[in-house]
Amino acid sequence: MLDAKKAPVKGAFLIFSSTTNLGPWTVALLLALLTLMPIAVVASAMLDPDQEIWAHLWQHVLPELLLNTLWLALGVGLGVTLLGTGLAWLTAACEFPGRKFFSWALLLPLALPAYVTAFVWIGLLDFTGSLPTWLRETWEIVWLPPIRSRGGVILVMVLALYPYVYLTARTAFQGQGRRLLEAAQSLGVSRRRAFFKIALPIARPGIIAGLSLALMETLADFGTVSVFNYNTFTTAIYKAWFSMFSLPAASQLATILVFFVLALVMLEQLSRNRRNYATSARGGGGAQRIQLTGSHALLATLAAGLIFLLAFVVPMLQLLVWTREIIATDLDLRYIDFAWHSLLLASIGAALVVSLALALGYTQRLNPTPAMQFTARLANIGYALPGAVLAVGFYIPVAGLDNLLIDTWRDYSGEEIGQVLGGTLAVMLLAYCARFLAVGFGPVETGLARITRSMDEAAQVLGKTGLNRLLRVHLPMLRAPLLAAAALAFVDIMKELPITLMTRPFGWDTLATRVFEMTSEGEWERAALPAVAICLVGLLPIYLLVKHSDART
Amino acid sequence: MKFLQSALLGVLLVVSAQAQTALADEVVVYSARNEQLIKPLFDAYSKETGVKVKFITDKEGPLMARLKAEGRNTPADLFMTVDAGNLWQAAQEDLLKPINSKVLMANIPAHLRDPGNEWFGLSVRARTVIYNSNKVKPSDLGTYEDLASSNWKGRLCLRTSKKVYNQSLVGMMMYEHGEDKAEQVVRGWVANLATTPFPDDTKAMEAVAAGLCDATIVNTYYYGRLMEKKPNLPLAIFWPNQNVKNKSAGVHVNISGAGVARHAKNEAGAIKLLEWLSSEKAQNLYADVNMEYPANPKVKPDAAVAAWGQFKPNLINVAQAGALQAKAVMLMDRAGFK
Repeated sequence: MLDAKKAPVKGAFLIFSSTTNLGPWTVALLLALLTLMPIAVVASAMLDPDQEIWAHLWQHVLPELLLNTLWLALGVGLGVTLLGTGLAWLTAACEFPGRKFFSWALLLPLALPAYVTAFVWIGLLDFTGSLPTWLRETWEIVWLPPIRSRGGVILVMVLALYPYVYLTARTAFQGQGRRLLEAAQSLGVSRRRAFFKIALPIARPGIIAGLSLALMETLADFGTVSVFNYNTFTTAIYKAWFSMFSLPAASQLATILVFFVLALVMLEQLSRNRRNYATSARGGGGAQRIQLTGSHALLATLAAGLIFLLAFVVPMLQLLVWTREIIATDLDLRYIDFAWHSLLLASIGAALVVSLALALGYTQRLNPTPAMQFTARLANIGYALPGAVLAVGFYIPVAGLDNLLIDTWRDYSGEEIGQVLGGTLAVMLLAYCARFLAVGFGPVETGLARITRSMDEAAQVLGKTGLNRLLRVHLPMLRAPLLAAAALAFVDIMKELPITLMTRPFGWDTLATRVFEMTSEGEWERAALPAVAICLVGLLPIYLLVKHSDART
Repeated sequence: MKFLQSALLGVLLVVSAQAQTALADEVVVYSARNEQLIKPLFDAYSKETGVKVKFITDKEGPLMARLKAEGRNTPADLFMTVDAGNLWQAAQEDLLKPINSKVLMANIPAHLRDPGNEWFGLSVRARTVIYNSNKVKPSDLGTYEDLASSNWKGRLCLRTSKKVYNQSLVGMMMYEHGEDKAEQVVRGWVANLATTPFPDDTKAMEAVAAGLCDATIVNTYYYGRLMEKKPNLPLAIFWPNQNVKNKSAGVHVNISGAGVARHAKNEAGAIKLLEWLSSEKAQNLYADVNMEYPANPKVKPDAAVAAWGQFKPNLINVAQAGALQAKAVMLMDRAGFK
C-alpha cells in the first residue's frame, strides 16, 4: 500500500510536467490509444469476414446472446445499485452495532475471484450440492429453484460485484458531509425525504461510477458465466475464436459489444451533463452519524451481516475446507514467489493506473468539452472487453514492434537477440493500465467533480496554479477517491488472468495463474489454496483503504 | 528517418546487453497442458540430460495467437497442448513444422499423430460413458448413438458443448456418419437431457450418482479422480461402440500432444525432448499424473487405469476432429446443445 499511496503523486508529477507543454489533448489521446489500439487490432480482422460462420451466428446464436446479455446487465445493474447504495448509506451515515467492522468487511468479496465464488455456490446449491442433498434426504424436499439459471448467475454476480458500487457510493456519501442534511432536517424535512431528495442525488455520480464498473465487468466476464454455462457475448466471442478458430467472427461479435458499451457510455454522459453536482457543503468534520436504535439497529446489523455472510463468509469457508484437504501436498516454498509476484505487480500496477487515471481526470477538468469527455470515456472501455481479447489485441502490436527491433538489429549486426519487449514487466504493466484504467478513473473523476470551481479560483487568488494547485489543493481533497481507486485496481490486478498469462515473463507465475493451472483441468478444490492466498494479500489494501478514508470524516 | 534508425539502434545497444539469446542446451516450451502435469517431466528430463526446459502456460487459443504474432522471432521451440483440434489448428496456421523422427514414428501409432508429421500425440484421453450402477445394467448400453434413442428420455446428463471434448466427439461422429445423421444423434441427446448441460465432467458424474440422471459422457481421468476421492459413488464405466460393424469404430479418443514451432531456435533440442516424452521411460510419468493412457502402445497404463478394463479405441485419425471442429460447433448450436 505504501507504493500505491506515494506513487500517484510521483507519477502524476512526471505526467503533468509534460502536459504543460503538450496540452491535455495529448494525454487524453495517448491514454485512449492504449485501449483503442487493441480494439482496432481485433476489429481489423473483420476486413476478412467469415460469411458462413457469421450467417450461422446470426441465425442460431445472436438472438439468445442479446437476450441473455441484456437480462444479465439489467439484473446485475439493478442488484448492485440497490445493494451497494443501501449498504454504503448504512455504513457511511448511520451508526449501528458492528458498523465499523462492516465498513471494510463488506468490501472483502472484491478479493475473491468471482468465478471461484460462482463455483462454490453451484457446488453448494446445485442438485448434488450439500444443501439440496440434505433437504432431499432429511426432509424429502425435492423442489428448489435451480441455481444454474439466469436468476442464479445474476444473484452470484451481484454478490461478487456490489462492492464496486458500495465503495464509490460510500466515498460519495462521506464526502458530502451532513450539514446539508442537518439543514434540511431543521427545515422540517423528514429523514427519508432528505435521503432521497438530497443525499442520493448528490451521491449519484459516485453510484453511477461504481455501477459502470460493475456493468463493464459483467459484460467482460467469461469465468463466472462459464461456470453457469450461461451464454453471453463474451462466451460467444471465445467460442468463435478458440473453438471455431474464426478470428473474424470473434471480431465481429467483439465490435458489437464495443458499440453496446459505447452506447451505454454516451447515455451516461448525457444524463450527467444535465446536472452539475459540485457541492461545497463538505464540512463533515464532527458531524454525527444517524444513530439507529432498537429494531432499526438490529435490522441494519442483520442486513449487513447477511450480505457479508453470503458474499464472503460462505464461499470463504468452503475454500478453507478445500484448502485444508490439499494444503499438505500443494503448499510449497514457491508460494512465497507467487505471492510476492502478485503483490509486486498489483502494487506497481495500481500506482500506475491511479496516476494515469488522475492525469486523465485532470486533463478532462482543464478542458471540459464534450469531445474531451468522450475521449476520456473511450480510454476507459478496455474494462468492458473480454480479457483474452484485450490481451491478444495488446500483444499483437507489441510482438510486431519486437519483430521490427529484432530484425533491425539482425540487419545491422548479423546477431540474433531474443525478444526485447515481449516478456518484460513493462509490457505487462502497460497492458494492465489498458484494462484497468476505468477502475481508477471512476473514483478519481467523481472525486474531482466534487471540488468546486470556486475552490480553484480561491487557490488561484492565493497564487496556487497549475501543478502547484494540484499538489497543494486538489490532492489532499482527493485522498479518499485516490485510495479507493488504488484499492480497486490492486485487487483487480491480483485477480487478473488473461493479460497475466499472456505477458508474464518466464517463471513469473502469480497466485492468479495458480488458480488457472488448477481450474483449467477442473481441479477446483485445489484452486482453493491460491484463491485463499489472493484473498489474504488483498485484505491488506482493503483494510487500509477503509481505515484511512474513515479517519477523515 | 536516419535519426530514427540510429535512435533505435542506440536503444538496442543498451537493451541487447541484457537480452537473452537462446542457449544451445535449453528448450523453450509454450504449453496449454497445465503446469502440474508437465513440470515433473521437464524436471526429470533436465536431471537426465542436463538440458534446461523453460516453459510458459496459457490457454491454447491465446498461446497460438501469441506464436503467430511473434512470427520468426518467437522464443518457443515446442508447442504443447491438449486436444487434437488445437494441434490441427496450429498446423493449419503454419505455426508448426514437420518433424522427421524415426523414434516418434515408431513410438506413436498412426491415428494419434498428424498425417503430415507436424504433431504427435503423447497421451490418450478416452471419452466414454459413465452410468449409475444402481439404475442401469451394462446390457442397456451400447453406443454413443444409442443414448439418443427415446429409451433414454430424461435420463441423460451432458457437459456443455462449449468444451472441446464434446466438439471432437461430435466432429468424429460427423466424419463417421455424415452431418445429417450426426445432427440427429445430437438432437436426440438434447431431447433426452434430464437437466441443462453442466460446466464440467465431474459435476455431470455427480448428478448421475445422485440419481438426477442415469448416464453421462466424460473423459475417463475425471472418473478416476472422482472415484479416488469418493470410492462409494454408484458409478461404473462403460466402453461404447465396441461391437459395431465398422472396423475403425470404438471409444472416442483424443490426445494431448506437441509439435515443433515453425520458427524454433533449437529444433534439434525440441525433437529430442519430444522423442524422450514418447519413450517408454517417460510415457508413464506423462500419462499417470493425470490418469490418462500412454500414447505409446508399448507402455502399460497405470494400474488404477488398467483396472477399468480394455477397450477398442476409435481408429480414425484424431486430426479429423480438428478439421470438423467448427462444423461440429455449428451443428451443436443448431441442435440446441448448450
